[in-house]
Amino acid sequence: MRLLRIVPDNTRFDFIRFRRFSFPISAILSIVAITLYFTHGLNFGIDFKGGTLMEVQAKSGQADLAAMRATLGALNLGDVQLQQFGGPSEVLIRVGEQPGGELAQQQAVQKVRAALGDTVDYRRVEVVGPRVSGEFLTQGLVGIFVAIGGILIYLWFRFEWQFALGAMIANVHDLVLTLGFMSITQVDFDLTSIAALLTILGYSLNDTVVIYDRIREMLRRYKRLPMTELLNVSINSTLSRSIITHVTVAMSLLALLLFGGQAIHSFTATMMFGVVLVGTYTSVFIASPILIYLGVGAARRAGELDEPEPEPAKAPGSKTPAATPAKTKR
Amino acid sequence: MLYFSRWKAIATLATAIVVCLCAVPNFFPEATVQSWPAWAQRHLVLGLDLQGGSHILLEVDANAVRKEKVESLRDDVRRVLRDNKIGYIGLATRNDSVEVRIREAGDFQRALDKLRDLSVPVGGILGGTGQRSVNVTDAGGGLIRLTVTEAAMNERIRQSVDQSIQIVERRVNELGTVEPLIQRQGVDRILVQVPGLQDPSRLKDLLGKTAKLTFRLVDNTMTAQDAVQHGAPPDSEVLYEGKTDPKTPVLVQKQVLVSGEELTDAQPGFDQRTGEPIVSFRFNTSGARKFAEVTQQNVGRPFAIVLDNEVISAPVIREPILGGSGQISGNFTVESANDLAILLRAGALPAPLTIIEERTVGPGLGQDSIQKGKFASYAGSALVVIFMLVTYGLFGLFANVAVAVNVAMIFGVLSLLNATLTLPGIAGIVLTVGIAVDSNVLIYERIREEVRNGRTAIAAIDAGFSRALATILDSNITTFIAAAVLFFIGTGPVRGFAVTLGIGIVTTLFTAFTLTRLIVATWVRAVRPKTVPI
Repeated sequence: MRLLRIVPDNTRFDFIRFRRFSFPISAILSIVAITLYFTHGLNFGIDFKGGTLMEVQAKSGQADLAAMRATLGALNLGDVQLQQFGGPSEVLIRVGEQPGGELAQQQAVQKVRAALGDTVDYRRVEVVGPRVSGEFLTQGLVGIFVAIGGILIYLWFRFEWQFALGAMIANVHDLVLTLGFMSITQVDFDLTSIAALLTILGYSLNDTVVIYDRIREMLRRYKRLPMTELLNVSINSTLSRSIITHVTVAMSLLALLLFGGQAIHSFTATMMFGVVLVGTYTSVFIASPILIYLGVGAARRAGELDEPEPEPAKAPGSKTPAATPAKTKR
Repeated sequence: MLYFSRWKAIATLATAIVVCLCAVPNFFPEATVQSWPAWAQRHLVLGLDLQGGSHILLEVDANAVRKEKVESLRDDVRRVLRDNKIGYIGLATRNDSVEVRIREAGDFQRALDKLRDLSVPVGGILGGTGQRSVNVTDAGGGLIRLTVTEAAMNERIRQSVDQSIQIVERRVNELGTVEPLIQRQGVDRILVQVPGLQDPSRLKDLLGKTAKLTFRLVDNTMTAQDAVQHGAPPDSEVLYEGKTDPKTPVLVQKQVLVSGEELTDAQPGFDQRTGEPIVSFRFNTSGARKFAEVTQQNVGRPFAIVLDNEVISAPVIREPILGGSGQISGNFTVESANDLAILLRAGALPAPLTIIEERTVGPGLGQDSIQKGKFASYAGSALVVIFMLVTYGLFGLFANVAVAVNVAMIFGVLSLLNATLTLPGIAGIVLTVGIAVDSNVLIYERIREEVRNGRTAIAAIDAGFSRALATILDSNITTFIAAAVLFFIGTGPVRGFAVTLGIGIVTTLFTAFTLTRLIVATWVRAVRPKTVPI
């Protein structure tokens, strides 16, 4: 059987030269994302804004959105939004946070329930009071910073500080672009979005670490290879893996996106954008080239290229000769 | 890398099989599983978002507890000064303190000494923290300030939350629901999760009431209307009767004759003459004695039955009630009579509870979510399995076997931990399938590379494994850190995602480091390949 080769063997793309385009592109995209964040903002869900969310389903036939809107509009509950959700009989109702503390939120739910009565099934009712919503937001932000910090420290221990810093810049870049995506699409920003952001953080780093691992290995093995060449070889030799892995992750996410239902839709859409689109691009075009600017391999004599040291084939179980320390890992 | 001692191979397979077997109870109906020995009963718990139910987060009103604590200190101060015949002017509470001014300068030192006795070690003499409950200070000018220490306040709040949990438990259990979960969260919060509950209104009604029941005399010195307009006498207050507007004001004495704490039982029933729903109750011995005395002395006068500062009814005492039992009637429906009986049996909360978060999922949505989650898992897995076969052939099959074992092990570990499976949790498992093959991809791509570098098949496979495994470890730990953070900050469904993601990483590392290696090693030994088929 002939096996599929998505990426041909021995690719030799000059990824590093492309940094002249990728860095400005990323800078512009980041600025756009930040601007979007300030102009459009994020569509905070009730987890962070407080308020009530109800998913109802008409007991017979289609839901009459206009009639429901009129009924609920008459309740004087301030900001009330209705939206078709899933099938034609399902409606998502959002009621803004009521002034007057925790009890007022509960009264709002009772009013809506009384107004809609038995014409609908209440599939989901969520009420988040002002106290909890404030805490959720703080927790989420703290979580993201703790995760970035933890990963940074781990990378600093496992690699050199330049790698940790490069990974972090790439990381923040991913998060900024993903926030921009959430701002454009106005997907609900709630606790699951924090989960999505943290997972993107993890996976985008996963990718970066795989390439960094190879760069470190190359740095040890080829002492005199110029940095740009070394980075290019590292990225090219891991390219096939990067793409195949992202195909499989994209397949999993696609299945969740298409069949996983409304409840996790914004979660999977965000993941798809963050992990598949941004994460891959970042590790190849940002995280790796940035190492040049951070001074990795600065001591190398630029432009002087030597032959890769020949690699003796290793028999299973045989010990690595002490004479070729370049071959030992770490 | 390709050599496995017989014992290592057996240990690897045994671990994989045992962990997979832990998932077995999930495939049998609950009734069947219950007849198994206890160690075999551990299974997955479906989250409320999948099985439907109510999640309610309550907060104990800490301010009310503080206020009550300070007020009881004020009463203690009054009692101590009276008992010791020390004259004082102005006894008042301010924030967490009680302030009192001693009239005679000569009494001051004695008063200070006596009041210092009010301060006791927090948490009792044994096992205490060494901190005192009250700071008694000389504020100058004959003023003594007694401040409740933070340690004592926290102790009191902790006790209140403990008591509240017990009472909430009793109230929820009265609803007859299956396996409700009631637990403390943080310092002053109580989480109530009731699987299968569709409409939590009744539960919320039950939890929202403090249920302080008191029997007091109605004040006849002026009409209630006058009291509303001109203010009530100092020892009485105006409370309202009835649920509909306009409510009837009733002038009630502040002094409590008998309180709900002295009830031993309360049951819903029907009045024998009118057929109306009522609640009948019985006092304990001391309550019965007090009630008998009061009713003997006040025949012909109305008394009020007050629940949470609302008059339920104010009947006239027609004859002394000596048997220690009675009944409350007050425009009840069958359900409200039943609820009042539940509340009275469960006892009063030490402080009001506020609902600060509520999430309810109906069973229909839960079922839908399970189905969608299942279908998405099958579809995602199928895509990945086919892709791996097309890309790596025989080695793709090895990878698929490893992934299948991996998923079974995730379910096994989740069952062992009695973990909760949520919809985002299912998403975590599907993602793990995508990620788990990554470890194989890393290994296989490395093998392909080593082959290109001119190694023999076996040497290439060996080098591929040994080099890729370090990378796999590094890259998975970063994701694991993210999952761990998510576990600590997340609640409910999100935490479910963190759990499956984290467990997925651990099982992925296990299969990559042992199982995949074992499979490939066995194949290499059996076939002695000259070329690598990838």
